[in-house]
Amino acid sequence: MEKGVAITGMGIISAIGNNVEENYNSLISCNKGISRISKIDTIHKDAIMVGEINFTNQELEEQLGLSPDNNYSRTALLGVVAAKQAIEDAGIIDISEHKTGLISATSVGGMDMTEKFYYDYLETSEHRKYIKGHHAGDSTQKIAEELGIQESLVTTISTACSSAANAIMYGARLIKSGKLDRVVVGGMDCLSKFTINGFKTLMILSDTHNTPFDENRKGLNLGEAAAFLVLESDVLVAKENKKVLAYVKGYGNANDAFHQTASSENGDGATLAMEKALKVANLQAKDIDYINAHGTATGNNDLSEGRAIIRVFKDNIPNFSSTKPYTGHTLAAAGGVEAVYSVLALQNNVIFPNLNFKTPMKEFSITPQTELKQTELNTVLSNSLGFGGNCSTLIFSK
Amino acid sequence: MVALKDELKNKIIEQLNLEDVSVDEIADNDPLFGEGLGLDSIDALELIVMLDKDYGIKLSDPKEGKKIFESIETMATYITENSPK
Amino acid sequence: MKKVFVNGCGVISAQKTFDNDTFLEEITTYNDRVMPVVNPVYKDFISGGAARRMAKGVKMAVVASNLAMQEAQLESVDAIITGTGMGCLLDSEKFLSKLIDNNEQFLTPTSFIQSTHNTVGGQIALGIQCTGYNFTYVHSSVSFESALLDAQLQLSLGEEENILIGGVDENAPYTINIHKLIGFIKAENTETFSLLQSNTSGAIFGEGANFFTLSTKNQESSYAEVIGVETLNTVSKENLDNAIVSFLKDNNSSLSDLDVIVLGNNGDVDFDGYYNLLTEGTFAETQQVYYKHLSGEFNTVSSFGFWLGAKILKTQSIPKEVKLNQKQTSSIKTVLLYNQYRGENHSFTLLKKC
Repeated sequence: MEKGVAITGMGIISAIGNNVEENYNSLISCNKGISRISKIDTIHKDAIMVGEINFTNQELEEQLGLSPDNNYSRTALLGVVAAKQAIEDAGIIDISEHKTGLISATSVGGMDMTEKFYYDYLETSEHRKYIKGHHAGDSTQKIAEELGIQESLVTTISTACSSAANAIMYGARLIKSGKLDRVVVGGMDCLSKFTINGFKTLMILSDTHNTPFDENRKGLNLGEAAAFLVLESDVLVAKENKKVLAYVKGYGNANDAFHQTASSENGDGATLAMEKALKVANLQAKDIDYINAHGTATGNNDLSEGRAIIRVFKDNIPNFSSTKPYTGHTLAAAGGVEAVYSVLALQNNVIFPNLNFKTPMKEFSITPQTELKQTELNTVLSNSLGFGGNCSTLIFSK
Repeated sequence: MVALKDELKNKIIEQLNLEDVSVDEIADNDPLFGEGLGLDSIDALELIVMLDKDYGIKLSDPKEGKKIFESIETMATYITENSPK
Repeated sequence: MKKVFVNGCGVISAQKTFDNDTFLEEITTYNDRVMPVVNPVYKDFISGGAARRMAKGVKMAVVASNLAMQEAQLESVDAIITGTGMGCLLDSEKFLSKLIDNNEQFLTPTSFIQSTHNTVGGQIALGIQCTGYNFTYVHSSVSFESALLDAQLQLSLGEEENILIGGVDENAPYTINIHKLIGFIKAENTETFSLLQSNTSGAIFGEGANFFTLSTKNQESSYAEVIGVETLNTVSKENLDNAIVSFLKDNNSSLSDLDVIVLGNNGDVDFDGYYNLLTEGTFAETQQVYYKHLSGEFNTVSSFGFWLGAKILKTQSIPKEVKLNQKQTSSIKTVLLYNQYRGENHSFTLLKKC
């Protein structure tokens, strides 16, 4: 892996934009997508803020031209929107021309419909069409169908908040090993009562804007998003004279093996993941120009991740920032969203600010980049750390 | 107070699924976390919900739980002083 | 490219399979719409403290992984890759029903934490303190094969030496109930040995946890060599034969090499056609094996088929209860596994004697 695995297309829908361009414009204009929740009726609506996508399900269905008897969950709707953009961006017209795989990721799957019709299913048949859309693989199947991917490798990863990062990692490995010539990778999650209440019980939801790496951080804002990349082999890129947006240069996955939810105090898993990714990329810590941190703004994550960054980068800490103040924590999609942002950073030589930061943490002296910064970037490292000890790092390069 | 302490012990065993522990094995001053009963941060969150649901006491910051849940003794004292019920 | 071997198994199923010294010697029959697992004594493997938050699926997986590592004489592994179609259903249902019944109040975190798909892999890692690669695949009936393919890739490229993989799914009352409503579960009780003659729609659901240690080292405990695995999201019936031939070709094999074919028939009259094409056509003269009458149908049940194939190769014997036809098989060298669920997510796995 000299150059890495080529990224030839990107697609995204998030609280700060419905496509790549809108997301980029929000990032450089410091436009946050965090608000009170409007599409889910929850008793916690005044106690939380979220990164919600403006479109209703019906609007998304219309955009996609779905028939009224479709059984799409919101997760699937978002996923198809972003994946279609990625294919278009990669200039793929007839997808069946080359064998194309699909590795997607989600944590909620079709839970949004299950929670809506939980008892309704038992009484009437009207909404039972959604029952078979509950499982996590369903949204991936729908993307494959909409993209025209047939008789191919299609699978789904669910490793909590690191899911999409792992999908990108696995896709890159499949290309690198010659198993596939082209693969669509990424992840998606919609907001649901299930996740809102789940994180609420963990008491890590902030009642105001999330403030990563700030001493007074109060927790995270949940968000919804979908983001996909198209990865292609060097052979295919050369053959079709494809424009390469950036490369997946390194990846590392490790488990904290510390606690079911909490990260270890010194970020053992995150340290291992970053070290592995550097090794795969054949780079040294000093070669990294910018870190797009996981930075969820929970007490535990930011301390653990910050310490891991110090362990890996020692006295030479690159600029780092978390983009969660823009989008909220989009769970299984986060690694995909932040991969798109990492590529945008490389393409435009710009570091996106860690918004909402005021007070440095007392445990260490490192502070995030808080202003938009133009600077030559060649390599970007992106972290995704999750429940169950799942830690993943991706390295992107020009 | 004695009744409350026994009630708490039973509830903790039930709520936290401590199948191998009996009420007699928990002394009033035994530490609940770490070395003692071995509870962890997830258990602390479970206990916070118990305070809310059964005793009408709301904690907004999980850190507050640390002192309150030190032992059965401290829990019972806190509940007696703060429960509106 | 390094060779990949199956060196240890841990199988918890609707049959008494957790004892690796036996091979389907006592068969449990059912006459129901859903079948539960035959439970091992969980306490022999998991301490009370560790078990108190584990739902059945997690317990099954922890014990199965323990057995698989024990048999391969491994204390730990380099990576853990789990497949689960539906995830930790019992805790998901518990959290969701409380959420709805109590109008989002007084919810506690334990069942939420335990409801995530990656709970199983995380708990196994925690138990054996494995900080290596840890993935969870959740793609319906190819969840297990996705894990297998990932592991095979890493082992054959020499990136790792020992990897724990497995498939796990658990029965949960609400999910069973709604799958009865949409006819994915048969409307009538079905007796174990008449499953394939039922001539009705739907399947008999089940649960299980089947874990394996895969290794680059051939050792005394080795069951079989994993030659190849492929998953396909769709295949038309017309193209099924071609798909198999091309899979075999990719793995330097051909139809004539196959001694046994292990099939995922589940007695669903709407979708067993895929298997019937093979049993009546290409593989009419090959020894055919089926297993879902013994295990029930669930998203990762093909991991039970994987065990069956590996065990057949190791023991060079085929229990009569899984034989679909009677052919001479004096020496069993190559086994092909084929599975699909409801006409989607097809998988082929090729195993060889080692």
